[in-house]
Amino acid sequence: MARYAIGIDLGTTHSAVSYFNLEEGKPRGSAQSMLPIAQLTAPGTVEARTLLPSFLYLPSEQEFPAGSLGLPWKADATTLVGELARTHGAKVPTRLVSSAKSWLSHPGVDRRSAMLPWQAPPEVQRVSPLEASARYLRHLREAWDHTFARTREEAGNSLAQQDVIITVPASFDPAARELTLEAAQAAGIPNITLLEEPQAALYAWLEAQGEGFRKRVKPGEVILVVDVGGGTSDFSVITVRERGGEVELVRVAVGDHILLGGDNMDLALAHTLNQRLAAEGKKLDPWQFNALTYGSRQAKETLYGDPTLARVPIAIPGRGSSLIGGTLRTELSREELEKLLTDGFFPVSPMTELPRTARRTGLAQMALPYAQDPGVTRHLAAFLTRQAQALASSPDSPVDVRSKSFLHPTAVLFNGGVFKAGPLKARVMEVLNGWLTADGGAPAKELEGADLDLSVARGAAYYGWVRQGHGLRIRGGTARAYYVGVETAMPAVPGMEPPVKALCVAPFGMEEGTQADVPPQEFGLVTGEPTQFRFFASSVRRDDKVGNMIDDVAGREELEELAPIETTLPGQPQPYGDLTPVNLQAAVTEVGTLELRCLEKNGTGRWKLELNVRMKE
Amino acid sequence: MTEQPQLSFFARLWLAFLCFWRVLASRPFAQAVYPLSQGYDAGTLGRPALPKEEPKPALPPEREHASALVLLSMLQREGRLIDFLQENVAGFPDADVGAAARIVHEGCRKVVQQYLGLKPVLPQGEGAAVTVPAGFDAQRIRLTGNVAGQPPYSGALKHHGWVATEVKFPTVSPALDPRVVAPAEVELA
Repeated sequence: MARYAIGIDLGTTHSAVSYFNLEEGKPRGSAQSMLPIAQLTAPGTVEARTLLPSFLYLPSEQEFPAGSLGLPWKADATTLVGELARTHGAKVPTRLVSSAKSWLSHPGVDRRSAMLPWQAPPEVQRVSPLEASARYLRHLREAWDHTFARTREEAGNSLAQQDVIITVPASFDPAARELTLEAAQAAGIPNITLLEEPQAALYAWLEAQGEGFRKRVKPGEVILVVDVGGGTSDFSVITVRERGGEVELVRVAVGDHILLGGDNMDLALAHTLNQRLAAEGKKLDPWQFNALTYGSRQAKETLYGDPTLARVPIAIPGRGSSLIGGTLRTELSREELEKLLTDGFFPVSPMTELPRTARRTGLAQMALPYAQDPGVTRHLAAFLTRQAQALASSPDSPVDVRSKSFLHPTAVLFNGGVFKAGPLKARVMEVLNGWLTADGGAPAKELEGADLDLSVARGAAYYGWVRQGHGLRIRGGTARAYYVGVETAMPAVPGMEPPVKALCVAPFGMEEGTQADVPPQEFGLVTGEPTQFRFFASSVRRDDKVGNMIDDVAGREELEELAPIETTLPGQPQPYGDLTPVNLQAAVTEVGTLELRCLEKNGTGRWKLELNVRMKE
Repeated sequence: MTEQPQLSFFARLWLAFLCFWRVLASRPFAQAVYPLSQGYDAGTLGRPALPKEEPKPALPPEREHASALVLLSMLQREGRLIDFLQENVAGFPDADVGAAARIVHEGCRKVVQQYLGLKPVLPQGEGAAVTVPAGFDAQRIRLTGNVAGQPPYSGALKHHGWVATEVKFPTVSPALDPRVVAPAEVELA
């Protein structure tokens, strides 16, 4: 049996590992139980840090002296993960893999194909987003084993034998979850469970509160988790309710995948300052721009940390050995900071103002689909409004939304390094409470005492303990309903696509380890040839049952099209194209991934449907 | 030393017999017994044999003081300290020196905080009256001014001193030449 529950926060920019001793089985102190992750911080220098930067650097053969990339567990390592990859990669961007997680969840590209670094020269052995994620996980596994399972007596401590919980954004689609699972298996971590990051953050808060949480959250409470990480923003709503005398946590809704995070904010500051420097006739090279981004982040933290300062100077060193002569000076004023960050990313906007979406062209597909609107508060408004409408039309709503124009949270839990800036938390509370007052609600309170960088990993490890039946578990199941596209039979009309209906195969809120009913709709599959189905999800259609059919998917905003699913029935193609009648069935695995299968009608055949990793062109 | 067996008279007799013949018959055995016999004469038998002083090959200075060079290279990497020290400050206005000092300060401070736990030797504020007890540690506390008489002394704290409470330097691969404090950087077009 596993001795530890290990939580891995596999982040866009940083990863962290926390562990919970299941044999001791008691909540941990706030500073305990983070794995020090050994990594290279300079050639030949190995140090242990709590965070592993999620960067992979693919060096050329002669780039570093022999033996200088060795790790304690691998003396002949030839690629780099972590701090040195990040700092050195800033000077050699064409060999640096970054944001692998964003690529992993990007349906517009084939996530199994070796495509990163995006602009690498031809001789670089590129890696797929899947492979990059697997390398980060392998580094974490080896760092763990090197720390806890170095001798033969300690073999039982090896990571492969523990309960490992890997966190994913709540907004990850089934294919991205499946790929995360695949990456873990490729990294030699067989026993894993997936957990949504905002839930992990709440688990960490619950652990830190201990029994005191009952005083701070009462039944009826609606907790909004606002998680703004390095690369993504993620919202979840979790409610507290009482059922049969027991307090229960239910995850009510999750937001869409928004590629917008703290890195965008630092870049926004750096670009503005760079423009000013350019106007003064000072041109920065890419390395200096990086230094400027770093300096802007420091200045931001200083200004937000000390309200008495009006401006903070920023010095950008030149690359040459002349430090004093080569240093450029600029400064960040409070006014600029508030205009760019506080108002730019967290604007005071009315509830009714929705995020701008720009029309995408086909070409934009190849880059990461960054959010078009930087206003986190506008994305939040859209999320709360849409979910209130969904809940209002649901007969079994866990939250009362009657006569409310949006979903009213009563408490907010912040997560992500961005919120180390107190004024940004205050701004979110100000905007939210403004909306609440205008809609006749009571102001929400902030749940304090969260560790913004580490709580996801910590909460994931604690969840391993909760899963064994201790403490409170957050229920909720899948946060979306899933549909396959069915073409309607109609006579062919030139220039007109036959309308496509959507058949519900998995309802909203399916719990792990359950399977859905078999919808009556029957499909004919050709033996020996691949068949594709269009695949859709909805985060607002809460009450569709398996077998429900939605007419004409075109132009429906509540349905989001995902990459298609595909299967090939075994056997030889038949000369007359014999069709095998099948039904589709969905199941949510114990791991937390969605699995779709074909069941042969009047037979025993079953085939797994692959979640395709690439959107149809 | 491992525990020696307690030998009876007969066991010793048998051993004497064995040794006699073996010393005669085997040169290596005799060579092995000889230092024991010498030790018996000198009265040092039974003490743990001192490992022979292998004359260590003298390390070249850069190896002997490798960690000092590593510290310099960290201060250069993070805080550009060597660049700063090697530059002639005379030709620059104070504002420029000040801007560069921010870089040096921030980076070097990061290194010092990361690898050393530093705290004052004496917790009192500077200027406060302090008593130096008898038997004080003369390395930690330096007396200045009118040093006379016997402790305990009372005086004013001028500088609280610094002491490293923790030293956590990273290990650096011996494969690297510690003399390279910062590599030359060549950017390929």
